Amino acid sequence: MGKRFPREELLAPGHRGCAGCGASILVRMALKAAGRDVIVVNSTGCLEVFTTPYPETAWRVPWIHTAFECGGAVASGIERAIKALKKRGKFKDRKITVMPIIGDGGTADIGFQALSGALERGHDIVYIMYDNEAYMNTGVQRSSATPLFASATTAPAGKRSKGEDRPKKDMAMIAAAHGIPYVATACISYPEDLMKKVKKACEIEGPAFIHVLQPCTVGWGYNPEDTIKIGRLAVETGFFPLYEIEHGEFRITYRPAKRKPLKEYIRMQKRYRHLTDEDIEILQKYVDERCKLLGLE
Amino acid sequence: MVTIGAIIYEPGSTVRNKTGGWRTFRPILNTEKCIKCEICYIFCPEGAIYEDEEENFRINYDYCKGCLICSKECPTNAITRVREEK
Repeated sequence: MGKRFPREELLAPGHRGCAGCGASILVRMALKAAGRDVIVVNSTGCLEVFTTPYPETAWRVPWIHTAFECGGAVASGIERAIKALKKRGKFKDRKITVMPIIGDGGTADIGFQALSGALERGHDIVYIMYDNEAYMNTGVQRSSATPLFASATTAPAGKRSKGEDRPKKDMAMIAAAHGIPYVATACISYPEDLMKKVKKACEIEGPAFIHVLQPCTVGWGYNPEDTIKIGRLAVETGFFPLYEIEHGEFRITYRPAKRKPLKEYIRMQKRYRHLTDEDIEILQKYVDERCKLLGLE
Repeated sequence: MVTIGAIIYEPGSTVRNKTGGWRTFRPILNTEKCIKCEICYIFCPEGAIYEDEEENFRINYDYCKGCLICSKECPTNAITRVREEK
């Protein structure tokens, strides 16, 4: 039997991620797909903090830490430096991928303009946004990627509030609006789909953006063993549809046979425990509308 | 010692930090039931599941944090769990 996944481990064990952490699963998959010729750019966030407790590092590929707001800018700089070195005859027959792996805070909020600039200038980067839907590193503060009605410490649910009052910012579509060659959404519960997308993004010339949903055991409030199950439910309920936009062509990459009711997904997480059945109905309607828009029935 | 630019020269040096002590439950892999579908291997957040010389999957208890994703996702229930006793 052939091997489904490459065996090389480019993220060393012993990092300080929580038991059941989705971000480390994502990084393992992404690096297995991309291989060794990768330079990872990491803004501040969970991933940066738990993989590099100074003076140790879990990375076995070149890695650079940047401040929160400049992930896109640093990646652009590295990409141009590689281009300049290639002109001088270095790394002639190697394709080196610059891969910013940055959280939802560093992408959708703080690092947004640097990202937008990098996409607009057309740098050859593979931008991966690992989305755990809040600032998990500092203690579950809301970000613009926090979904409607989820409770966060700065948007807490209580007597007068149902938690976050704004819907989730659709980063994949915002990236697509830049007219870049490749945009995709992926989820860690579908490793083959995710790895295929990362590989494709590495091969395509020009900027690529991959939005990866990654459940977080601490912030979402569930048992560590359910990380994969919750990710799968998010996709199967239509809460997080998997698609790709390649050179402007939209394609759904995973179509659930029949969409599951959103309630199954909501009821597994503590951040939604204040919701009544009527509230879930509102969310279900919102998800239905979005799925209809994307042609996912 | 602090290096210039806080550069870390040794890749993957977190292997010195054995995270096995975090465990409450220990997953136990029954090689006879294993169908080598590689699901536990790819979903392990630590990369603590590895292949030995006979291409059987094993769990590295030095690093396994006991999240039990492997046990939950295993399609043949080849991975069971027992409480860790010190």
